[in-house]
Amino acid sequence: MRGVSAAQKRAAPVPELPRFRAPVVFGTLLLLFVVLIVRSLYLQWIDNAFLQEQGSSRYSREIDIPAHRGRIVDRLGEPLAISTPVKSIWAFPGQVEAPPEKLALLARALETTPSALAKKLADANDFVFLARLVPPEVADRVAALKIKGVHDQNEYRRFYPAGEMASHIVGFTGDRDVGQEGIELTQQEWLGGKPGSRRVIINRRGDVVEDVESIRAPQAGRELSLAIDARLQYLAFRELKAAVELHKAKAGGLVILDAQTGEILALANWPTYNPNARNRVARERMRNRALTDVFEPGSTLKPFTIAAALESGAVRPSTVIQTAPGSLTLGPNTIHDAHPHGALTVEQVIEKSSNVGAAKIALSLPSATLWQMLSDSGFGTAPNTGFPGEVAGRLRPAKTWKPIEQATMAYGHGISVNLVQLARAYTVFSSDGELKPVSLLKGGGVVAGRPVLKAETARAVRHMLELAVGPGGTAPKAQVSGYRVAGKTGTAHKLEGRGYTNKYVSSFVGFAPASGPRLIVAVMIDEPSAGGHYGGVVAAPVFSTVMGAALRTLGAPPDAPVDNVILPPEGSAVREET
Amino acid sequence: MVRLNLLLLAVLVLCALSLVTSRHQARKLFVELEREQARTRGYETEFGQLQLEQSTWAMPVRVEKIAREQLRMQIPGPRRIEVVPGEASR
Repeated sequence: MRGVSAAQKRAAPVPELPRFRAPVVFGTLLLLFVVLIVRSLYLQWIDNAFLQEQGSSRYSREIDIPAHRGRIVDRLGEPLAISTPVKSIWAFPGQVEAPPEKLALLARALETTPSALAKKLADANDFVFLARLVPPEVADRVAALKIKGVHDQNEYRRFYPAGEMASHIVGFTGDRDVGQEGIELTQQEWLGGKPGSRRVIINRRGDVVEDVESIRAPQAGRELSLAIDARLQYLAFRELKAAVELHKAKAGGLVILDAQTGEILALANWPTYNPNARNRVARERMRNRALTDVFEPGSTLKPFTIAAALESGAVRPSTVIQTAPGSLTLGPNTIHDAHPHGALTVEQVIEKSSNVGAAKIALSLPSATLWQMLSDSGFGTAPNTGFPGEVAGRLRPAKTWKPIEQATMAYGHGISVNLVQLARAYTVFSSDGELKPVSLLKGGGVVAGRPVLKAETARAVRHMLELAVGPGGTAPKAQVSGYRVAGKTGTAHKLEGRGYTNKYVSSFVGFAPASGPRLIVAVMIDEPSAGGHYGGVVAAPVFSTVMGAALRTLGAPPDAPVDNVILPPEGSAVREET
Repeated sequence: MVRLNLLLLAVLVLCALSLVTSRHQARKLFVELEREQARTRGYETEFGQLQLEQSTWAMPVRVEKIAREQLRMQIPGPRRIEVVPGEASR
């Protein structure tokens, strides 16, 4: 009370304040305090997510840990596809602050002109890639310029050392390192890595100072071994390309199979493309024709007709078939031989590749027997390599065959196959009657196949196929120095629209060494237009070169003297029309 | 009682200081670890590039060209091949 009385002494009279004023001011202030306290409690315990996040974003970061995509290698470990880390340079155009001379240096580092760089920055609003997938050295040079608003990020780029040689098998990856074609597509699960991420604490300079937690561990992609042998693949590609160019053909394919394991050791196609620089490559060049395209095989199918006849006991290898006068009329249709042969044994029907002989043999069989033989040999069903877009070919049910169709089927018309299927079917003859499964991936070793023929039938046909490449056969040019070879030519008219044209598909399928087959090689040349069109002239020499070099590469012991190649005198070689 | 408290205080101070130093050590080691990991990544990059370089040098096209043109190598003809029978065929 003393204070009050002293004040009253000094400054009297004080006007009377309303009595409610003090409580109101006091109450208001109290209320404001309560509001503040409630708000802060609310922010502390209830609606804390936003502020927590804002706080932690000042010092903690989530960092991606990149994961490698697995390599693709051949059966000996040579790389066919490798991912290497590269960088992409990007910028926020609005934030780029740099004097013109620095931008000129940046342009030079990115191998572009300052005006092109300026245009790029001016055209984009918020985010722009200045350069994608550049080598790390370039990115380092850019980083050394320390331009504000220009950043880089880690990416992977896929390289294909084998280039155009193996592009159809290996395929390629698209954006973000995801498989788009070929093995890269089908084995995406196996090859693809899963990037991880972790939370870290950074200091004010942006350096990581502490690991807080690992959010996701990165999972690197796994390496994949293909059945391909890069040496044989190169050989196959080189010879196929040379043959296609020599004969001015439209396309071609070549398959090398391991006769014991069914692995695809080489698969080459022409035309092809370079997977390392595939801008504006026509889709058509990317097609793996050996697996996705079908053709009428022609005479390469005759051995299956003969095998069916031998197996059912209808004929024996020495049975004589009359093929004179070189044509056979069935209703309105006539089958021709390119050259009339007269009476031929069953062996000679294969050796000389007689259509009439094969047709007569086929007509002596029930259609279901022939169908069963072709179906058991894998025709009409996809070869099951797991490759995208592989086709089954066409083998119509036996019930729908007319006699003329059964006759033409005997020499490979009215049926369509792909090249891998055809090569695979010959495992029936290269083994003792087993159809081996084919595989694009490296396998464990010799595999058991599905029995199709009796061993003696397979051996008899193998002997006939050896005759076909002999001096009296249709393909003496398929002979290989130092090795016994067995095989069959095919020269099929192409079917276009509703009828056959004078365009051809020349082919050759064979295996060696005949005493213990190691390799099967199938060659197909589509529409050869220069230097002949017969399978024995166009495809057989390719087979001979590839087979000889491949056997030498693999170190297969020779099973014949090196001077075994006997070519008939020029002009007297047996030709065939299908 | 006072002496015990003083002792405990000293222990507490020591503990606090050691915490600070170990924390500092941990940071330093971590920075070193990060640096080593960055180097690992660098080596991986280099390894990939070397692999690519190796396979570029070893391209069959190039090997064949050098063998044929510089070294003048060729595939021997049948007359120049002598087959030595191996152990198995003797």
